[in-house]
Amino acid sequence: MRIVADNLDSMKLNQRIRKASGSVLIDRCFGQRYIGSGSKDKKITIYGTPGNALGSYLDGATIIVHGNGQDMIGDTMNSGEIVIHGNAGDGLGYAMRGGMIFVRGSAGCRAGIHMKQYQDQKPALVIGGKAGSFLGEYMAGGMIIVLGLGIEDAPVGDFTGTGMHGGCIYIRTNRELAGLPAQVHSEIAAWEDKQEILPLLLRFGAHFGCDGRALADDRYYLLKPNTARPYAQLYTKN
Amino acid sequence: MNLIYPEFEVARNTERCTKCGICVKQCPNGVHALKVDPTTGEQKLAADDSRCVDCQRCVVFCPVRALKIVKSGNVYRENAYWAQKTINEIHLQAEHSGVLLSSMGSPEPYPVYFDRILLNASQVTNPPIDPLREPMETRVSLGAKPKTIERDPAGRIVNNLGPQIELSLPVMFSAMSYGSISLNAHESLARAAEELGIMYNAGEGGLHESLYKYGRNTIVQVASGRFGVHPDYLNCGAAIEIKMGQGAKPGIGGHLPGTKIGADISRTRMIPEGTDAISPAPHHDIYSIEDLRQLVFSLKEATDYQKPVIVKIAAVHNAAAIASGIARSGADIIAIDGFRGGTGAAPTRIRDHVGIPIELALASVDQRLREEGIRDSVSLVVGGGIRSSADVVKAVALGADSVYIGTAALVALGCRLCRNCHAGRCAWGIATQDPELVKRLNPNTGYKRLVNLVRGWQHEIQEMMGGMGINAIESLRGNRLMLRGIGLNERELEILGIKHAGE
Repeated sequence: MRIVADNLDSMKLNQRIRKASGSVLIDRCFGQRYIGSGSKDKKITIYGTPGNALGSYLDGATIIVHGNGQDMIGDTMNSGEIVIHGNAGDGLGYAMRGGMIFVRGSAGCRAGIHMKQYQDQKPALVIGGKAGSFLGEYMAGGMIIVLGLGIEDAPVGDFTGTGMHGGCIYIRTNRELAGLPAQVHSEIAAWEDKQEILPLLLRFGAHFGCDGRALADDRYYLLKPNTARPYAQLYTKN
Repeated sequence: MNLIYPEFEVARNTERCTKCGICVKQCPNGVHALKVDPTTGEQKLAADDSRCVDCQRCVVFCPVRALKIVKSGNVYRENAYWAQKTINEIHLQAEHSGVLLSSMGSPEPYPVYFDRILLNASQVTNPPIDPLREPMETRVSLGAKPKTIERDPAGRIVNNLGPQIELSLPVMFSAMSYGSISLNAHESLARAAEELGIMYNAGEGGLHESLYKYGRNTIVQVASGRFGVHPDYLNCGAAIEIKMGQGAKPGIGGHLPGTKIGADISRTRMIPEGTDAISPAPHHDIYSIEDLRQLVFSLKEATDYQKPVIVKIAAVHNAAAIASGIARSGADIIAIDGFRGGTGAAPTRIRDHVGIPIELALASVDQRLREEGIRDSVSLVVGGGIRSSADVVKAVALGADSVYIGTAALVALGCRLCRNCHAGRCAWGIATQDPELVKRLNPNTGYKRLVNLVRGWQHEIQEMMGGMGINAIESLRGNRLMLRGIGLNERELEILGIKHAGE
């Protein structure tokens, strides 16, 4: 089913998407919000620029954007896949606890904030370019990969992993990563560590037409939390 | 060495005590112990007062009433400025450092405005109504009410009422998460809400799969950590509440310690086992009313506009202006939580010094929304200090559509307000995840006690309404002429929008 979004408001567009079954193609998308919110079993392909909260609470559906995304993509995503052939705004993958997000370009601030995992649910967020400040803030699980493709300076902003207490962040760079917060332990990823992300790199390559396997040969920082209980020593029982 | 002398003393009447050892088994803190005197070989019950939190479990369960917990009576030199508690808290921090952590609502002696407000009753004219003889409506429906009547081309009225929640009386159980309280406590609340035709609020810790069947009587919460939030959870509840703040700790988030996160809570909250569950105060996607509107509508989109959305804030200085913004954010209901509200754990200083009384916040919010002509675009729910049906009636007359009760509900389940929830060793099986302790709260008994309490309140509310000559709770809402202040100054009366007694 093809929907020309043009001047449709968010509510009307989303009503039509909810009623559709199977594959939905949205053309000339102009910032309509909440596309695919809570969707379980659709494939939504978008040409243009979807608005904020694309794929929020996504629960199994696939969303492919040929263009840039805006803020809060994949907010509280449970499962499914979001592929952005462009850049993403702030709050990408907020509190996602399942599924995968691939961004070809860069992401704004607070990507992967509150990301978490439990049992066999393990979310993954792959950013091709650079990520803004507060990447993986309060992260409690899952995996974030920043590839820094075509980026000359540091591929992440300030305060990466602030409050992190689970999961891991891979950052591909030949530069030194400075100024990481005390909660974060960083090291250069070993060959075995990189095998962990190889399937995601291959998938990234398949989505965006580049050699994922070759990416695994490069130098990555691996960031992990120092403790799973950052606040354990904070309190005195009164 | 403990530098602080115990606050309580176990007073054991040895003439009554049969050394049955029930107190030893009941105490989760290891206060009581059966010891053998090495010289005489005689068995003796001993008590370590320093471990006692005055939860009253041993007192209630002692079959011969041989036990009492009393204040230890040890006193520091009298000082009108440096209270014993203040000195002890300094010793605690000097010893352990760290942020002082407390539980339940503030016990500090701030003014209680509910206790300085009196209700009216009819005499001679507009006679009272006898609720035993005449119908007395306590039902309320929460949600945005349409501003205009719409008609179709044929002139028929179009139903333009948005989603609502229906309550048999204006009382709901407030948000308490699975994690902060036990599953048995949650089940008791859920079953009571179903039987009473009201709502309970699952709090921010997700919803255990065994409780989905009570979804029609459940408010599901979404907080900054998004614990346990997924489309089925959102669609299961009767309403969705966005938690922006909590009365006991405005501006502060929650940290459920990793020690409390076992397999069941991990699955329900969708977080890893054994790691701290961190729910910071700010939602990092919300910096404005426009941003809040985005979250409100993303939740509405995820539930196909079938559920009313509640935005809960703590009662703070600018509550009226904030509420005005929330009313324009697309939210259907605003919940305001006063500074007496309970908590499973909050920094002592925040709990006791931040926020304002719910009575003042409610009066100013209701007034502001009326002045701006948007009172009907939202319903108002207040919590944080509702102790009795009289508080409910006063809150409704000050402008609330409904109240939330949390502490009162826990007391009905057995809580004695020992305020040690943060220790996780609740003797009454409420604020604990220890399976042996959780078993002590039987949901079959627990839910009946909650039903008893609320039914009792309902009847009292009807009696008070009848006395005022009011036969529908809707006619009481915002009816401040039914209220008079006692011992309040002019400014307080002005904020509450009521006259002084005798006027």
